Amino acid sequence: MNDMRIIERGTLVNDIKISAKGVQVYYADNHAIKDVDVEIEDKTVTAFIGPSGCGKSTFLRCLNRMNDTIDICRVEGHIAIDGQDIYDPQVDPVQLRAKVGMVFQKPNPFPKSIYDNIAYGPRIHGLARNKAELDEIVEKSLRRGAIWDEVKDRLDAPGTSLSGGQQQRLCIARAVATEPEVLLMDEPCSALDPIATSQVEELIDELRQSFSVVIVTHSMQQAARVSQKTAFFHLGNLVEYGETGKIFTNPEDSRTESYITGRIG
Amino acid sequence: MPVLWLFLIVLAVAILGYLLGRARALSAAPEGRRGLHSLPVYYGANVALKVLVPALGILILWLLVQPFVIDRAVSGTIPDSDIAEGASRGLVMSEVARVADGVKAAVGAGTMPAAMAADPSPDLEAVTQALKDAGQVVTGDVTQTVFAAAQKYNAMAAQGGLYMTILVLLAAAAGCVMGLHEAKPDFRARNVVEKGIRALLIAAASIAILTTVGIVLSLIFNTVEFFRLYPASQFFFSLEWAPSFSGRGGASELGILPLLWGTLYISFVALAVAVPIGLFAAIYLSEYASPRLRAVAKPLLEVLAGIPTIVYGLFALLTVGPLLVSVFGDGGYLGVSWQGGGRAVMTAGLVMGIMLIPFVSSLSDDIINAVPQAMRDGSYGLGATQSETIKQVVLPAALPGIVGAILLAASRAIGETMIVVLGAGAAARLSLNPFEAMTTVTAKIVSQLTGDSDFASPEALVAFALGMSLFVITLGLNVVALAIVRKYREQYD
Amino acid sequence: MSDASMDSTAPRQSRTLLETDARTRRRNAAEKRFRMYGLAAIGIGLFFLIVLAASILRSGLPAFTQTVLSVDFVLTQEQFDKAEGTLFKTKAYEGYFNAALVSQLQSQGLEAEVDAKAAERILGKTGSTIREFYRANPDQLGQEVRFDLSVSSRVDGYFKGRVTRDGFVESRFLMLADLDLVDALTEGGIIRQQFNWNFVTGADSGVDNPGGAGIGASVVGSFFMMLVVLVLSLPIGVAASIYLEEFAPQNRFTDLIEVNISNLAAVPSIVFGILGLAVFIQFMHLPQSAPLVGGLVLTLMTLPTIIISTRASLKAVPPSIRDAALGLGASKMQSVFHHVLPLAAPGILTGTIIGLAQALGETAPLLLIGMVGFVARGYPETFAAGFTDPNSAMPAQIYTWASRADAGFYEKAWGGIIVLLLFLLTMNIIAIILRRRFERRW
Repeated sequence: MNDMRIIERGTLVNDIKISAKGVQVYYADNHAIKDVDVEIEDKTVTAFIGPSGCGKSTFLRCLNRMNDTIDICRVEGHIAIDGQDIYDPQVDPVQLRAKVGMVFQKPNPFPKSIYDNIAYGPRIHGLARNKAELDEIVEKSLRRGAIWDEVKDRLDAPGTSLSGGQQQRLCIARAVATEPEVLLMDEPCSALDPIATSQVEELIDELRQSFSVVIVTHSMQQAARVSQKTAFFHLGNLVEYGETGKIFTNPEDSRTESYITGRIG
Repeated sequence: MPVLWLFLIVLAVAILGYLLGRARALSAAPEGRRGLHSLPVYYGANVALKVLVPALGILILWLLVQPFVIDRAVSGTIPDSDIAEGASRGLVMSEVARVADGVKAAVGAGTMPAAMAADPSPDLEAVTQALKDAGQVVTGDVTQTVFAAAQKYNAMAAQGGLYMTILVLLAAAAGCVMGLHEAKPDFRARNVVEKGIRALLIAAASIAILTTVGIVLSLIFNTVEFFRLYPASQFFFSLEWAPSFSGRGGASELGILPLLWGTLYISFVALAVAVPIGLFAAIYLSEYASPRLRAVAKPLLEVLAGIPTIVYGLFALLTVGPLLVSVFGDGGYLGVSWQGGGRAVMTAGLVMGIMLIPFVSSLSDDIINAVPQAMRDGSYGLGATQSETIKQVVLPAALPGIVGAILLAASRAIGETMIVVLGAGAAARLSLNPFEAMTTVTAKIVSQLTGDSDFASPEALVAFALGMSLFVITLGLNVVALAIVRKYREQYD
Repeated sequence: MSDASMDSTAPRQSRTLLETDARTRRRNAAEKRFRMYGLAAIGIGLFFLIVLAASILRSGLPAFTQTVLSVDFVLTQEQFDKAEGTLFKTKAYEGYFNAALVSQLQSQGLEAEVDAKAAERILGKTGSTIREFYRANPDQLGQEVRFDLSVSSRVDGYFKGRVTRDGFVESRFLMLADLDLVDALTEGGIIRQQFNWNFVTGADSGVDNPGGAGIGASVVGSFFMMLVVLVLSLPIGVAASIYLEEFAPQNRFTDLIEVNISNLAAVPSIVFGILGLAVFIQFMHLPQSAPLVGGLVLTLMTLPTIIISTRASLKAVPPSIRDAALGLGASKMQSVFHHVLPLAAPGILTGTIIGLAQALGETAPLLLIGMVGFVARGYPETFAAGFTDPNSAMPAQIYTWASRADAGFYEKAWGGIIVLLLFLLTMNIIAIILRRRFERRW
């Protein structure tokens, strides 16, 4: 209904990776996302902030069609990655998700060894031709997940035996191992203690080198620390989207200001 | 039936006590209900409980102990010299008990004059004839020793019954008086009644333990008796099962191994049918099926679990058996003549497998549903297809639970009786051919205990040893399976 | 900072999403196959269910019909006196009857020979039936009486498709020529099929008379058994559940009971039969084959089921209800009996009905306490005798029929299964209705 809204932003540095136009999401009769337009840049960390139940996680899950796994969920509108509509009937969600990886709120390592957790994605997508290549991928991914040094001696230990922060870095490494182009993170630090959180945040900053990262977070400080772009959601609407610095220091919308100053949320 | 009457009298006293107790409490309180510690009904209930619990307790205890005491006393009167070669004291005692019952029935039916029943040295031929006329089972002629013992048996039983009646009625009356005496306004009737009810609740809960104790004791006693008549090593290691029909011990070969083999073979076939079908059905229902299909297919599959085993037995005997013969038998569609008769390992195993499908599927369904969604999301988020997620994430995560479910199904298969009695055959055989008839532990328990052999003979007692083995095997499987399933549930709670 | 620094881990060349690559196609095919396996498994399960239902109905329904031969028959006083005066009295009656049969055929314009041998093969020995009737009702002499006599089991089988003309083997029980006669009698409306009330209400017959066997007496046996189970297992089961769920402290004794209950639920039923035989019959000398003993054994077997479901319904009542009652000064006992138990009642009842249904179909323990092979020839005379007089039970009766040599009993066994399943169906439907009507979601 308001397609022509122009979002003010700083100098365009990166290509547009994901563009969403007029996205509506319904859970049965509940209108969860209302007409959201957003353009997410490549090699950038974009943060979605907003009060609980504002739809930020729901919108995130639209970007790799995770909502397909929920029967009552219906998505309308247009979402494109590299200009290709991901809701096109020809698109295989499985192939899409290989390209758009996801890390979840609670660390969810599979009940397998650390090695098998990482190797799972490469195996199903056929990224390695032999054991040596797979070993290489596992090691590279664990290094990129900044956890290699802690686990290299016990790759056969079950993934569930790690601490919470290690588990989450393992999950990130697992997502990285499939070589996605976009990495979606749904409140990746909400179940972690402060030390683990800072480790994961450092990791996110490094990942920006190679991926477009979209992170949903409850913590405004976290959004300010890790992201370059920030989108503020409220009651299913995208209220404001722009440079992180600008959103936090000089928001345009009064609702954004209220949220940032702690009056709503 | 005097016990029934006794019970009814006690019940009547209790009701009367209830009414009296309530009235007495009310009339004892000068300012009416408010002056009582508890509601009036509690004073009545106090009296009723004090009548019922001791009186019925004595009744039940007496009924349990009396046969034991009589048995010992009567058994003591039989001299060792009167126990025939090859028979045991237990064998003679069961004869005595039968004659005692028979005499009572014969007097009741009028074929034996009461004088003859009480005569210390009657015409034994006439006694035997009178018993036979009354339709009683008599093996051979009744001997003087046995008849005298039977008379003592009946006399003691009658005397015991009289004592019991007096004692029970006294207990009921005493309880009534005591309860009524207590019905005063400051008596804490509610607390006392609640304590009593609590004790009853505990007693009810303990019945589970009593049942187990009863099972274990009745198995152990008779198994020990069996091993006294038949060597245990032969029972466990003999490769032959050939009970003699008339002889008492000696001639029989009672090895459990052929039966155990048949049991395990049939259970294996059953699981080979039920596990893949049940598991795939569970996977489809929990991961793929639309709510509508699930709402229809799940209860329909569970109908299979609600059908009594006798139906499956008949299905095996009359439908599946002949069908298999027409395929695998002489002149069958396949042109092979593997299967001789309808009763075979294959028949019983196949039908038992059908019975177990819903058992496996609903247990696995629960277990698969207990795997957290986060696990699936993690896999989907990496771009795995649904089947890859199921095979590589969900099933490995659910594996312990599924193993537990399969063990429970195995224990079901091993303990199943009706299907094998009707579908598996009667011949004990150590063979690999699944189209041959074999028999199982449960089927032999039935045939040894429903035949004509005497309860005290090794041919009948072997059934208890078989039952003991069956109980130990299934109990072991259940304990392991339940422990696995419980641990698995805790993991995801 | 936002500039992309090209390092060795840069993502691969972007692939297009719009076409599926070969590997994804392969994986999707595997996905489809896997789904098919699941669907096939469900299909096989349902197929078995259908086959089972079909074979029960196909083989069992004929048990509810019976082939009868009806003849309007007049016996005069002289004929009666004359027959009573001969040496082979029943033979004389048979002669009269066969004559009546022939004349009835002729009156319909059908010509057929009925010789005594053929009539006996078709009808069995009619003479004694007729003689007994007139000896009992002498006032009917000279009156027209309609006799509905059931035909022999082989002729009955001919009507129900068990016996066919192709591959027919002549024997002294039935000749091919008899079938011609039967066809003629059918054409004349003298032989027809009717609902077999005797099967529903009657008692078991001897081993040589499948036609006269009925399930009624064993339904009564089952009824008394279920009465015992209900009266014992419901109060004991509910009391045990209340204790375990509401009062039991966390200690070793409670653990012991819990482990016991879950294990008892999985003990093979035949073991309960051994228990019943050893304790109730050998030790306590209760009568064999009595519904009382059967009921006791089934009670012990059903208790764990009832306790497990009752505990689940007690657990479903939210603690806030208990707190509310306790807050008003009710004792713990009062809060349970006044509030929790009534709220859990529908669930308890449902569980009990399902437990009873299980007990009703249970056979194996009954074999051991002597409820099998016993010919239940009649109904118990008094209510109390119903518990202690030897009787059979539905599943035991079915087993007895299934193990008899005469194939005519198989039809009865299947028919008995239909009756048994009807009872189970009714019980389950009641349970479902109870659950639907009264189930409360908190």
